[in-house]
Amino acid sequence: MEYFLHLITLFAIYAILGLSLNLVVGYTGLLSATHAAFYGIGAYATALLLTVSGLNFFFAVFLGIILTSLIALSIGSVLSKFRDDYYALGSIGFCIITFSIFLNWQDLTRGPLGISGIPRPDIFGLSFSSSILFALLALIALGVTFLACRGIVRSSFGRVLKAIREDEGAIQVFGYRTHTYKLLVFVISAAMASVAGSLFATYVTYIDPSTFTILESVFILAIIILGGLANLRGSLIGALILILIPELLRFAGFPAEIAGQTRELVYGLMLLVLMLRRPQGLLGEYKL
Amino acid sequence: MEKKDQKKPALAVQNLTKHFSGVLAIDNLSLSITQGAITSIVGPNGSGKTTLINTLSGIFKPEQGTITVQGRTVPPLHPHDVWHHGITRTFQNTRLFEQMTVLDNVLVVLTKRSVIPSLLETKDDTHYDQAKQVLAATNLWEKRDQLAANLSYGQRKLLEIARSLATDADIYLFDEPFAGLFPKMVTVVFTILRSLKQEGKTVVLVEHDMDLIRKISDHVIVLDSGTLLAQGSPEQVLSEKSVVEAYLGQ
Ligand SMILES: Nc1ncnc2c1ncn2[C@@H]1O[C@H](COP(=O)(O)OP(=O)(O)O)[C@@H](O)[C@H]1O
Ligand SMILES: [Mg+2]
Repeated sequence: MEYFLHLITLFAIYAILGLSLNLVVGYTGLLSATHAAFYGIGAYATALLLTVSGLNFFFAVFLGIILTSLIALSIGSVLSKFRDDYYALGSIGFCIITFSIFLNWQDLTRGPLGISGIPRPDIFGLSFSSSILFALLALIALGVTFLACRGIVRSSFGRVLKAIREDEGAIQVFGYRTHTYKLLVFVISAAMASVAGSLFATYVTYIDPSTFTILESVFILAIIILGGLANLRGSLIGALILILIPELLRFAGFPAEIAGQTRELVYGLMLLVLMLRRPQGLLGEYKL
Repeated sequence: MEKKDQKKPALAVQNLTKHFSGVLAIDNLSLSITQGAITSIVGPNGSGKTTLINTLSGIFKPEQGTITVQGRTVPPLHPHDVWHHGITRTFQNTRLFEQMTVLDNVLVVLTKRSVIPSLLETKDDTHYDQAKQVLAATNLWEKRDQLAANLSYGQRKLLEIARSLATDADIYLFDEPFAGLFPKMVTVVFTILRSLKQEGKTVVLVEHDMDLIRKISDHVIVLDSGTLLAQGSPEQVLSEKSVVEAYLGQ
């Protein structure tokens, strides 16, 4: 049961990351590798606020969102000037820089030692220290994220995002300042990743920089590519499958050491088959 | 008062120059487009017709020269300013939103232009009706749920026109809207241009077919190597010796 709840919690966190990244990559067509950075900024902000100042959980999450949004706003206003390969390269650069700040700003982040003893959320005297309550909290956050994303992609704003993906120059001629659209969706997406970070930090109660590398961005990208770009339910399915694979391998009797490597192999094979057989992903409507 | 406004050109360029690494595409060009009329721009391939439209719609910055819209000189245009000046256009090589439905290709240009209101805006009935109207006019309403990518060549051209009609602009720049169309579709586009004129809109048309030009244009402007070769009424211009030579010389 504990184990099942653990998987649910992990699924919810990665589904939030997938959904929010899909707004930028799937709907707007911007290949961004920044997500692990915003996930990490949210996690560190919450961890520090909770351990150092003993703030209320919600307030810490909220401040994490504000901080992440401000950083996303400044990074995004640079990135929004680019498209295609340059956008992707810029986003990789940002992710690497953020990682090295987590690693090297030791006074703040304690570097490779990480931050431990992060308290579980405590909301109005209700402690989320039990697995079931935390899983519930994570699922509620996922539900809210899903509804928010659905609202965005069904709005007129979402339609303009898709048009930017299809032909940015053409939609500009109809009076849309695409730069603003790209920037806003980027900030919204980062804010959602920050919430996932807050959940992760308070769930595992210990974070260090190694979680927030460029590989984590690639993993989140794999979730949405597998599930399907520009499809929200696809991101849920992608997260579910990629969370379950290592567990299935373990059930299949692979020893832990081999399971780790087998997992990479399976991910690789899966993406390869996908690219060849179904480039739009399982439920996707759009090919990168 | 009304009359005076009518006399102002809808669009004008003065001493416009634009070149691409050595190629002088627009060469110190000055011309004006009459309000509420259909003006055809003709000229051999590479004479700068598309470049002129791209410059008027902010896609290219002119190196030199000014652009005047409804009698007012405008600062260098960005593509996203053009709509605010009441100008819309189609592209010679269609630029549709391929992985979006035909209906969405039109709905998207009806969206509110500021971001926050557009986030709160969902299925708006008036937009839907407007989209229906322009898609019906272009015989595309039945195709509304198909992806633009799945349309035939002619339907793509029509969707470009539908999309520009939806903006309800004052000035329409159509870059070879008839090229490659079946006769039936030609009639559809013809009717659309006529009714735009009836509504008092200004139409700029790039076209090669002399019969069409004769039938539909109030004015003809001939470009050659980025310069103005001739202009005037269709009968007058199309019989001019230099114009015939420019075409036959091709
Ligand atoms: N984007 C561009 N880059 C380089 N050269 C261009 C570009 N657009 C047009 N040209 C050149 O400018 C000249 C005019 O082209 P264009 O305006 O497309 O002619 P038309 O539409 O009259 O056929 C041609 O010599 C063409 O090769
Ligand atoms: Mg042309």
